Amino acid sequence: MADKPKINLNRIKMPKQEPEIRAHNFDEVATGYTLEMAKEEAGRCIQCKKRNCVAGCPVNVNIPEFVMALRDGDMWGAVDQLKANNALPGICGRVCPQESQCEFVCTLGKKGAPIAIGRLERFVADWECDQSDKPKPQIAPSTGKKVAIVGSGPAGLTTAADLAKLGHQITLFEALHVAGGVLMYGIPEFRLPKGIVQGEVDYVKTLGVDVRLNSVIGKIDTIDELLADSYDAIFLGTGAGLPMFLGLPGENLNGIYSANEYLTRTNLMKAYLFPEYDTPIKKSRRVVVIGGGNVAMDSARCAMRLGAEEVYIVYRRSREELPARAEEVENAEEEGIIFKLLTNPKRFIGDENGWVTQMECLEMELGEPDDSGRRRPIVKEGSEFLIDVDTVVVALGTTPNPLIPSTTPGLDTTRKGTVVAEEETGKTVKDKVWAGGDLVTGAATVISAMGAGKRAAAAIDAYLKG
Amino acid sequence: MYKIMHREDLTPQIHLFEIEAPAVAKKAQAGQFVILMVDEKGERFPLTIGGWDREKGSVTIVFMEVGKTTRKLAKLKAGDSIHAFIGPLGIPTHTDNVGTVVCVAGGFATAIVVPVAQALKDAGNKIISVMGFRNKDLMFWEDKLKEVSDELIICTDDGSYGRKALVTEPLKEILEANKDVKLVIAIGPTIMMKFASLTTQPFGVKTLVSLNPIMVDGTGMCGCCRVAIGDDTKFVCVDGPDFDAHQVDWDVLMARQKSYCDEEKTSVDIWEDYCRTQMGGKA
Repeated sequence: MADKPKINLNRIKMPKQEPEIRAHNFDEVATGYTLEMAKEEAGRCIQCKKRNCVAGCPVNVNIPEFVMALRDGDMWGAVDQLKANNALPGICGRVCPQESQCEFVCTLGKKGAPIAIGRLERFVADWECDQSDKPKPQIAPSTGKKVAIVGSGPAGLTTAADLAKLGHQITLFEALHVAGGVLMYGIPEFRLPKGIVQGEVDYVKTLGVDVRLNSVIGKIDTIDELLADSYDAIFLGTGAGLPMFLGLPGENLNGIYSANEYLTRTNLMKAYLFPEYDTPIKKSRRVVVIGGGNVAMDSARCAMRLGAEEVYIVYRRSREELPARAEEVENAEEEGIIFKLLTNPKRFIGDENGWVTQMECLEMELGEPDDSGRRRPIVKEGSEFLIDVDTVVVALGTTPNPLIPSTTPGLDTTRKGTVVAEEETGKTVKDKVWAGGDLVTGAATVISAMGAGKRAAAAIDAYLKG
Repeated sequence: MYKIMHREDLTPQIHLFEIEAPAVAKKAQAGQFVILMVDEKGERFPLTIGGWDREKGSVTIVFMEVGKTTRKLAKLKAGDSIHAFIGPLGIPTHTDNVGTVVCVAGGFATAIVVPVAQALKDAGNKIISVMGFRNKDLMFWEDKLKEVSDELIICTDDGSYGRKALVTEPLKEILEANKDVKLVIAIGPTIMMKFASLTTQPFGVKTLVSLNPIMVDGTGMCGCCRVAIGDDTKFVCVDGPDFDAHQVDWDVLMARQKSYCDEEKTSVDIWEDYCRTQMGGKA
């Protein structure tokens, strides 16, 4: 055999803040590769012919190409390859579940650790962000067609960017006072710095997208009024922003938050900087977060950083069924979050002023698999016990806000409140209206919403040019 | 940014701003509210709409200086701008023709009652209004409420103007004297709305209140404003702000309104200190 350079089967480690330090600040946990680290990691890619990674990516990023350009030190080449199919790489590099997508199918993964695609994506995006002389993005000549996009989260931003590049005139409506949707109100600063999100929003604006904040479509103009007012097509990407509660006794006590409220106060309104910022959040000692997904992990880790002494995750199934990314569970554990698994809340107990003081729980055991394929949690009779708490965060998931569906005749919705749209195109049953992201799928991931936005943009473009 | 087109001081502590917001003005209806942010670091807080001018593209808000945010807002002049102004939110007050309606206004909420009474009058109702203030110096808009009412009773807590009474006294008398009252709308401080509700309950007259809990986003996203209505939990921002007063759990509402008393005090202290040292004046 010829002397082939041996491939390093281990990936370059991501530098991170130490758990005991990061648990008390809101700075980003992972601090990012240096150029040397990034080039070394990129050098591990064998540039295989299969390109499984590209197929594994919901927006089909040119992964081998950007990794090769990075390896060779051609940074602008890497940026161009990366951004050809992804307008928000700084975000995706941080919050995509790469371990179940591009990296999961990486050829190297059969022998050792797959290429750290997400970390490299983040590195390239951050490098570009730091450059002062960014080249002007290429935009096709104006088509004279107008598209309104409702919601500036990952789905809306992606659709807006793709359609703007194709020469359409885009207005992006956002209900909140900043653009970014869940990227701003939901995902915490220590996982996705808000400066990164705004950098990517700014990029979308450089494509000519007119972003209108503080605009609640359905309350100001309705979808039908927008269509009558000269828009040729509309994309709905309003997400799944309605919190679910448990419906248990005592749930309206003070100190009980939905995860949406807890995270919105903390992230969007910057309550962690109170009183410099005006929005307060309770300083807690003992916090219980109910739920086992990424939002639960985010809430628990925020609580820790806000100064809580003890933070618990209460989840009714076992560790194996935790829906959160393994990496987030690990981060939470390192930071001292205590997992109370196979535990379910029964009721909340308060003091004479209406503040929660205790939560009564039940122990659970796992039975036969249910419809979701996971083993069904069953109550252990008589297993009631009390936990002392001063704050409870309910992180059980979210459903779409009914505002658009209820003010838009002709849209089809499901029992769960999601809007019915074709998977391949995002087309709804209503003429000239497309939809995608959590509004259609129910709460899912940033990248799946971006994928839906991309497909809808292609379909809208074809329709407008048809 | 949203420009303050006009400012009026209704009393030393109660102010009226006309805000340039054409998209909101176009759709605003009586009983709806807006969410405001004074500046980039400000909190999001709700104010019920006091009026609108669709041609001018303006929306009127009336507020009383209470905490840091409202004091900060009160420092602004005509020509200044506020950071965010979102609306019109919530479900408009139902203004069907039911016959005779009693409108009860407490304190600065008079500003909110006027457009509601106007809409009810336009629908053909007979309007009997009761307005209550702590004292004469805090009173405003007697003329405006009078204009939209067939009958107006004014009371003050200390008797410095009108009748010396709480609003519940004349309310009870009206219900005793007028068997044809079909609806009572009571808007004001929570404690006033609670007692107005208790007053009307024995008469079995439908009573609507406009609730004012703490909110963050105002669009159904956070659940901060949830209240117990009968056996259900409702979000005031999307299910209200109007509710059947006899179904409201007032204790839950009042407890939740006090969630951030300590933090509010911290904010006010810092603000007063800032005003003294940086702005050379009183807060």
